[in-house]
Amino acid sequence: MTALTQLPSGTERSSPRARWGRRRLLPYLLVLPGAAWLVLFFAMPVGQLAAASLYDPTGSISTGYAPAWAFGNYPAALRVYWPQFGRSFRYAGMALAVALVMGYPLAYAIARKAGRWKNLLLVCVIAPMFTSFLVRTLAWKTILSDNGALVGLLRDVHLLGPDGRLLATPIAVVLGLTYNFLPFLVLPLYASLERLDPRLLEAASDLYASPLATFRRVTLPLSMPGLVAGTLLFLIPATGDYINAELLGTPNEYMIGNVIDSAFLIRLDYPQGAALSFLLMSAILALVFGYLRRASPEDLL
Amino acid sequence: MRSALRPLTRRGMLTGALGSAALLATGGAVAGCGTPAAQQTEAGCVSEDLSGSEQTLAFSNWPQYMDVDPDDESKRPSLDGFVSRSGIQVTYTEDINDNNEFFGKVQHQLAGCQSTGRDIMVLSDWMAARMIRLGWIQRLDPAKLPNVEANILPSLRDRSFDADNQLAIPWQSGLAGLAYNGRVTGEIRTVDELLTRPDLKGKVTALSEMRDTMGLLLLSNGHDPADFTAAQFDDALSKLKRAVDSGQIRRFTGNDYAPDLAKGDIAACIGWSGDIIQLGFDDERIKFVVPESGVLLWSDNMVVPNRASHKANAEALINYYYEPAVAAQLAAYVNYICPVQGAQAEMEKIDPELAANPLIFPDEAMLAKARVFMALDEQRERDYETRFQQVIGA
Repeated sequence: MTALTQLPSGTERSSPRARWGRRRLLPYLLVLPGAAWLVLFFAMPVGQLAAASLYDPTGSISTGYAPAWAFGNYPAALRVYWPQFGRSFRYAGMALAVALVMGYPLAYAIARKAGRWKNLLLVCVIAPMFTSFLVRTLAWKTILSDNGALVGLLRDVHLLGPDGRLLATPIAVVLGLTYNFLPFLVLPLYASLERLDPRLLEAASDLYASPLATFRRVTLPLSMPGLVAGTLLFLIPATGDYINAELLGTPNEYMIGNVIDSAFLIRLDYPQGAALSFLLMSAILALVFGYLRRASPEDLL
Repeated sequence: MRSALRPLTRRGMLTGALGSAALLATGGAVAGCGTPAAQQTEAGCVSEDLSGSEQTLAFSNWPQYMDVDPDDESKRPSLDGFVSRSGIQVTYTEDINDNNEFFGKVQHQLAGCQSTGRDIMVLSDWMAARMIRLGWIQRLDPAKLPNVEANILPSLRDRSFDADNQLAIPWQSGLAGLAYNGRVTGEIRTVDELLTRPDLKGKVTALSEMRDTMGLLLLSNGHDPADFTAAQFDDALSKLKRAVDSGQIRRFTGNDYAPDLAKGDIAACIGWSGDIIQLGFDDERIKFVVPESGVLLWSDNMVVPNRASHKANAEALINYYYEPAVAAQLAAYVNYICPVQGAQAEMEKIDPELAANPLIFPDEAMLAKARVFMALDEQRERDYETRFQQVIGA
């Protein structure tokens, strides 16, 4: 009896607090699936990789690897493979430069000048992604073939020597990287250029800004978020890529991805592979943070 | 207010996320307790044979390594013959594309003495040798393999990693030698020509399989790949390095050299006999060369892994494929070296032209020049492989 009489007053008192508590919990509940995913498939593997990079390098698969805090794995790996490391960033940087020269005008044209062709052009940018990365890279082998039309033409106009070739040179690798990751650069650029308010451009020309000045003072700064995002989306996978170097290059063009692949799968040197992976990851992170700091973080983060 | 808050909170969140990731990473490092030893022993990992009660067999093989009916690609005549004769249902899977990749796929089960769900796997010599070394392979009963005992090619008997022929039984064999495209270049006879001739510069590939490439180089130096010293290996490796540094060698390849050789992008290469025979059917100017100094004989071997529960069924299948008539049926389709003596006579009935092909049924002279690369212990395997990989760029 007493319980019954107390019940209504009890609920009345606790109800606002319960609702408040639920409201406070809601964001965490919403984050939960994503966070669980990240912990399970990102944080834990990364933790394991970190542990593996510190294993005793004298271990092997038959005896097992003992944890040893062997920080020496890092300098040891870097000492042998720094050329591939530098090459990864050099090639990715070169590919980025080529992609920017081609991609910015392309994104601009699609966003502002294409009119009714806009959707078609967008499909043209995205459509290659429907086929496998590997198949697209293999297609480049045919395009750049020593006996193909392209190399024949370049030899005829003396851009290449009579014995010159494109395949199995750094040029082929950089071209492959450029092609394979171009959409990652173009799409974010397109998105930010598309949002550009045309009245601002009008205003600029009304104020007697030359087209070049308009571009430099209005279009470029306003497309900065897309440019930064696109650059990062391009640079990060391009640096770690190994398919292009493997298929279009020679051992002299191998990048750090090829080395990590061989450490894990062929040489079975897990500490070294893990150490190199970590070095690559931290180098890219440092690059990203340095870049974001310089490119006005308010627009991005 | 928005602009003041936005960067702060998101940034804070990002920092928080990164911080916790770093925390977890160190946590993992602290908690990480290394990897357990993968070595197994016969006594420590005992497999039970259920063949008596279960008439099934799971067979993992490489793609295009089994004869198919020309009219119906889903039928495999030799395998169907085994099923109808023995009553054992075979689940045939083409899931081995690369030795290293496949090793990655099964290593955790086998290291922990668990079943891989496979009763027979087909692995190249060195991978079979590695798994034997790790104690992951079951010993077969010679009494159940009379055909193998009677018919296996003498050069494939008593190999260093399987001295009693009870662990790894060759499925098909092949040669690693030289090949060239006669449309692009003249004949090539020796490894030295391949590595130094100026007109081939940048048009040569070698195999990324260490044993095949290094085996041929060892032979070209007059050393025996079946029994060599570390100094001899160094000699051969520095010869290879000179060819890489001078730009003579364009790439190191797996099977993918074949289309390049056919197109003429590469003029000559170190390649495998089976691939070159296939290319030769389309273009007779693509030729396989057995260098004077010798060739490498390799095999892909049937092995029964630990915890495979149908060993007797597997032995029945292995024995079946060593019947000359069955072996000929298979060899007529796959075009590698047939490891079964007597299959040549059977092949006369199927296709006399193939029966006369020395790359499928090598003659005594060729087999005398063929060597099998020696089995390496773990430390030497890793040392050689690491230094070879450094020369080939990775």
